[in-house]
Amino acid sequence: MEYLIDIVLLGLLMITGFAIVRMKSLLAVAMLTSIYSLLSAALFVVLDAVDVALTEAAIGAGISTILILATVALTSDEEKAPRHTPLLPLIVVIATGAALIYGTLDMPHYGDPTAPVHSYAAQSYLHDTPADIGVPNVVTSVLASYRGYDTLGEVTVIFTAGIGVLALLGYRTRRRNIQGPGIRRLVVLRVIAKLFFPLILLFALYVLFHGDYGPGGGFQAGVIFATGFILYALAFGLGNAQRVIPHQLLRIMMTVGVLIYAAVGIESMLLGGKFLEYRVLADDPVTGQHLGIMLIELGVGITVAAVMLIIYYGFVSRQHSGDM
Amino acid sequence: MPELLGHYNYWIVIILMMTGFYTVIARPNLIKKIIGLFIFQTSVFILFISMAKVEGGTAPIIEAGISVYSNPLPHVLILTAIVVSLATTALGLALVVRIREAYGTINEDDIHDEED
Repeated sequence: MEYLIDIVLLGLLMITGFAIVRMKSLLAVAMLTSIYSLLSAALFVVLDAVDVALTEAAIGAGISTILILATVALTSDEEKAPRHTPLLPLIVVIATGAALIYGTLDMPHYGDPTAPVHSYAAQSYLHDTPADIGVPNVVTSVLASYRGYDTLGEVTVIFTAGIGVLALLGYRTRRRNIQGPGIRRLVVLRVIAKLFFPLILLFALYVLFHGDYGPGGGFQAGVIFATGFILYALAFGLGNAQRVIPHQLLRIMMTVGVLIYAAVGIESMLLGGKFLEYRVLADDPVTGQHLGIMLIELGVGITVAAVMLIIYYGFVSRQHSGDM
Repeated sequence: MPELLGHYNYWIVIILMMTGFYTVIARPNLIKKIIGLFIFQTSVFILFISMAKVEGGTAPIIEAGISVYSNPLPHVLILTAIVVSLATTALGLALVVRIREAYGTINEDDIHDEED
């Protein structure tokens, strides 16, 4: 049964992919991209990657789509036909694809428990997590503790992307609340947005602090938190959203998150351990691990949420300054 | 999964990857190129997650009474890769917006004409 779902979902993904290439209207392409992400999130659940599915659903189907739509609104919706014949790219693509398919023939079969990827590191993570870290979710323990250096790097990448978008698009604070005339009349949308806004924020906090026990963690929580504010800004205008969470605050939050993460590392060095060795943070090693993971997940969540909102504000404020 | 379909996931991944690759090299529209890159990225995610699956396994959250788990390591790599993919997409789209402001078009062919 599981295989059947896998086969159908991958087939649908392929069809959506082809449709994206063929469609000329970029608005339709943006919506198809959202469907493509949602399908792949569903596939990740079937493949047991629940943490990944949560991230993909929030990022791919949510924020990416909004950014593509914002870009289409700032540029143009129609796609011109290419001037060159697609023959050469087609040959290149088919040759590359054939070489890659030839390459897969040596690979272990799907689901094979004896595949090399499942030996060594993965086995020891699964085996040692309960005793070393004491959290049931192995993905969280690897992400936050065993490979904490990597995650610090990733958070820094996201921080850098936030700075990059700020540098490219700039930012202008709006005193007046600008909103399309159409959206003010959509009462249902505004009521639903108002009802959902606190629930989304609450869910983000649940995902953040329950990440040790179930799917979730700082990355997902940060994105869900940002989505709540984006929904608010969509329904009530950018000006109102900025009154709730001003741009200046976001710029501070973006930095504070990375600093919390690095500070946990330095604190564990000051207490006599290595960088990001959480054991030394409390008298009991497992309690120390819990504390360390909670703090760095909080740092990740703050930075991710702030960067997502800075990116969104950047795109939308550009749109309004273009209208003037 | 039956023997014949042992590599089905990987083949679809490669088809998706090539769909994205084709969009990047053959389409002149810059937004379409970024979306092509997005399809390519997602196909790589599916490749990694497919490799992590263990037959009869379950999600890697330790629970009494369960002995087979899927491999958590690729999940961790891909989880962070998804967030980074959004960062690169956002940066790419921001560049597209600036290119449109500077050249008045997001069509690669037209931009080349203006440069000449």
